[in-house]
Amino acid sequence: MNRKVFAFNEKLDQYLMRPVAQAYVDVLPSFVRTGVHNFMGNLADVWTFVNAGLQLKGQAAAETFVRVAVNSTLGLYGVLDIATEAGIEKRKEDLGQTLGFWGVKPGPFVMLPVLGPATLRDTVALPVDWKASPSQYFQGPNTRTGMTLLNATEKRAGLLKASDTLKQASLDPYSFVRDGWLQKRENDVYDGNPPADFDYNDPDVFEQP
Amino acid sequence: MLNTLNLLSRRSLGLVLALSVLLLAPLAHAEDEAADAFIKRVSTETLDLVKADKTLRSGDTTRIMGMVDAKLMPHVNFRRMTALATGPAWRKATPEQQKRLQDEFKTLLVRTYSGALSQVSDQSVVVKPLRPGQDDKNLVVNTEVRGKGDPIQLDYRLEKTPGEGAGWLIYDLNVLGVWLIENYRTQFTKEVNAGGIDGLINSLAERNKANAGANATARKS
Repeated sequence: MNRKVFAFNEKLDQYLMRPVAQAYVDVLPSFVRTGVHNFMGNLADVWTFVNAGLQLKGQAAAETFVRVAVNSTLGLYGVLDIATEAGIEKRKEDLGQTLGFWGVKPGPFVMLPVLGPATLRDTVALPVDWKASPSQYFQGPNTRTGMTLLNATEKRAGLLKASDTLKQASLDPYSFVRDGWLQKRENDVYDGNPPADFDYNDPDVFEQP
Repeated sequence: MLNTLNLLSRRSLGLVLALSVLLLAPLAHAEDEAADAFIKRVSTETLDLVKADKTLRSGDTTRIMGMVDAKLMPHVNFRRMTALATGPAWRKATPEQQKRLQDEFKTLLVRTYSGALSQVSDQSVVVKPLRPGQDDKNLVVNTEVRGKGDPIQLDYRLEKTPGEGAGWLIYDLNVLGVWLIENYRTQFTKEVNAGGIDGLINSLAERNKANAGANATARKS
């Protein structure tokens, strides 16, 4: 099932998301795209602040709060990312990470239609993460849909050069994405240093001297 | 989908930086250098080199491969990397099969990621303080590549090898939270189960051949 969804997502990207993102890049000048990127990122920082707090990460929460405060005012509603320029680290925390922090295991891998790779834990957290996503700050269903599409296009546009890497790097793209994603989410939960469970001295692999 | 690509794109750039960071490693001669100092010194120097060399960023695979062989491979325990990616089947492979496997795996990595060299522009590398209590034979150096976009997590797993290389050999890379070896193990195991070691070697060779064709077409257009 996951593999079928993966194949569907690939087609969707090939025929819709990628061409739209390419057009976005071709039509809009770079400074406008950077502004959109920063604006969306600033709204996303609010949810990072909440989740850093829920994980009792005082410094991360405080710094992210300062980021939002500075960028929302001096940064003209987030269009300018002054905080990063000033060296205040941008982090990303979501509800899936918060659940992981409090001991919820990732569970099985799930390939979601359109949205892509996830764990079962993150899928459960998704409706709440969605409610806190940048597009939900706007009023009216049409505006929200528009902002959702803009956000997706903007993100895809930043990745146009990556499109072929998946096929080139792997023998089985689906396994490659699944294994990589599971590792990445553990890494997210442990802020970069998850407990190692891979055996680098596996006696079954190496010749005995 | 976006998540997949985001991971990949930043992985590519990260891996290329990781590889290129090592290009200057042969210049190292300090004998008792700490692992983090080793990574920090060569990182900065190498990034400057990549920034200054346009041909290096243009994606000429032959040229990049030549450089990897001459400057990078002496600082990587690539045999160990390939063995761990392959799994238990490695022990049963003949020396000839092991060599071909290493060659094809290296080609796959270099060719796949050399395109991302074009993304090197204004980045700098920040080496984080070493986590205490680590074993010299299995030591992780955490770094972060900072540039225009979001920072890229880039970690190295090293073993101390007095008298060999610059005193350290790298045997795994982590880009954005994904260790390279572990990420290939399942795929390699699947190929081995289906067609033995030769099956795996052939699959890698076919992939490399297809990539070579695709890259040539991309450069022409």
